[in-house]
Amino acid sequence: MSDDDQNQSGQETSNHETDGQDTNENEKAYWSENLRLLWSLMAIWFVVSFGAGILFRDFLDQFSIGGYPLGFWFAQQGSIYVFVLLIFYYTVRMKQIERKYDLDD
Amino acid sequence: MATQTLIYIFVGLSFALYIGIAIWSRAGSTKEFYIAGGGVNPVVNGMATAADWMSAASFISMAGIIAFSGYDGSVYLMGWTGGYVMLALLLAPYLRKFGQFTVPDFIGTRYYSNAARVVAVICLIFISFTYIAGQMRGVGIVFSRFLDVPINLGVIIGMGIVFIYAVLGGMKGITYTQVAQYCVLIFAYMVPAFFISFLVTGNPVPQLGLGSTVNDGSGLYVLQKLDLVLQDLGFGPYTDGSKSMIDVFCITAALMIGTAGLPHVIVRFFTVPKASDARKSAGWALIFIALLYTTAPAVGAFARINFIETVNDQDYASAPEWFKNWESNDLIAWTDKNGDGKMEYRAGDPFAGKPEFTGETGQSGERVIANTPSADSENEVYVDRDIMVLANPEIANLPGWVIALVAAGGLAAALSTAAGLLLVISSSISHDLLKNTFRPQITEKGELMAARIAATAAIVVAGYLGIYPPGWVAQVVAFAFGLAAASLFPAIFMGIFSKSMNKEGAIAGMVSGLVFTFSYIAYFKLINPDANIAANWLFGISPEGIGVIGMLINFAIAIAVSKVTASPPIEVRKLVDSIRVPRGAGDAAKH
Repeated sequence: MSDDDQNQSGQETSNHETDGQDTNENEKAYWSENLRLLWSLMAIWFVVSFGAGILFRDFLDQFSIGGYPLGFWFAQQGSIYVFVLLIFYYTVRMKQIERKYDLDD
Repeated sequence: MATQTLIYIFVGLSFALYIGIAIWSRAGSTKEFYIAGGGVNPVVNGMATAADWMSAASFISMAGIIAFSGYDGSVYLMGWTGGYVMLALLLAPYLRKFGQFTVPDFIGTRYYSNAARVVAVICLIFISFTYIAGQMRGVGIVFSRFLDVPINLGVIIGMGIVFIYAVLGGMKGITYTQVAQYCVLIFAYMVPAFFISFLVTGNPVPQLGLGSTVNDGSGLYVLQKLDLVLQDLGFGPYTDGSKSMIDVFCITAALMIGTAGLPHVIVRFFTVPKASDARKSAGWALIFIALLYTTAPAVGAFARINFIETVNDQDYASAPEWFKNWESNDLIAWTDKNGDGKMEYRAGDPFAGKPEFTGETGQSGERVIANTPSADSENEVYVDRDIMVLANPEIANLPGWVIALVAAGGLAAALSTAAGLLLVISSSISHDLLKNTFRPQITEKGELMAARIAATAAIVVAGYLGIYPPGWVAQVVAFAFGLAAASLFPAIFMGIFSKSMNKEGAIAGMVSGLVFTFSYIAYFKLINPDANIAANWLFGISPEGIGVIGMLINFAIAIAVSKVTASPPIEVRKLVDSIRVPRGAGDAAKH
């Protein structure tokens, strides 16, 4: 799914250039900074859940946290903790970015 | 005090609280009815979202499913939490900035088309009704076991309570009732979890207990012990799944993306004051949800250990009271295959299908069943996975008030979700179909009346589905996610992140995603259930996970169609520009 999203946003940027009159430069810069942050955080989201909890679980299970095999821990505990951190990090960073471009609400 | 009396008191008090809140927070305008006036504090909204989100399935069934499937249960844990990251990062702030009342509102306006709006309403109604029927069944189960009333009467009482606060209070009433319901349900979930974790491991925090050693002097970790005990009885190890990797991957993805596409969850983010509050609110919602979701795997594992230790190889005659209680509710059965009077619990089914009780009593006092015992397994015990959370306090011998608390918590979980679903159904009818499509001249007062009538009608239909559950209902609840992932999510996502997506593309995408996913599920679940095995699945993906493929089809068709049809008008491009920028969200726009 992330491939699809990437295509989507790639296609999107090219549109921006063709109809530049829709958007002012400030909003454009704001939006691309938002997209960079957003897709990096979505990459972490993917790695902790689909990566650590599913695709590389067998490899990670040779390590352990207390009585938890590591892959199993990511699948049933760790990914959820990271999800919470991701949202709050995004909230804080976005507030800063919005202030920088003077677009906060 | 007798446990039964305590149950009546706890459930009665919680109901009185919900009704009191409903009377205090009546809705006076359509804006209050649809989005609680748009001024809900983000933390309060996060709590209401958590109650809205955690249904009877989360509260009653999930730990049981994990208890019996081990690692495979992870799909629900990651799937039903990871969607909030997508909501917070990809959808919620932009939809809040858009600032209307419903999901079809966004799709209808962004794709400048009433046809798109009506397709979205159809997707929404279909998703919400499959989901709500499961809630009503949950209400029925709790009532019949704990309050000793017939399931049907239980459903009718539940309908009555929801009627009072959903029809009277609309979104405003629901929001504040859900806050109370969250408190009831999380308290009810955590208290027995602390007790049981302490009993099994000596550590009262369940998230840590599951990673600790068992309190029996063996020095084994909980998960090690479970693996050993289960393998002794012929099961696969707990920390290893039986589903294929691609299936686990796709089910998790379908549940995550479906979560982000569920209308009753999305609409909660329309109620906060600002776009940035929508992000914050999603974060708080996930904290409140994570509390239960990180506890559930521990509850599941402890329940499985306790169940095996109290049941396996014990004489039926001296079986604990809870065993017989649940047996009398048809959710447990025992058939003495080898005639030794002991309950042997092993891998495999004791017999095919659900138990059919003959009404006679067997040699040891058990309820005799008519099913033919299966020859290939020594297992004699049938247990419905749904009972694990409800029976857990009894299995662990906890005091009566904990059992009463769990009954009130199960009802809170089912009622809060049912109310949220009823609200999106009624507002899509009164707002999207009447006001915005067929009767635009309707007055504010008329629209509010229509919303209340639609909510009443939806409650009656939901109650009917709860009392006469069609065979397919229980089976398809989980599929609401696949349908949401394949239909609504891509349309909303592209509506925000692509300016070139047009109405032809969006409609073609939604219709093809929905039709593909629905047909695949219907084929394997309703038309030809015998064929529902991995060898027949497309790429080895089960019907639970097929929503991901539906979503990819939606994206592909939408993009292809939009390339060959007219691009969207300039106003729509301006609309997309404006929703991407948080400044100026202010009040939800007036029509």
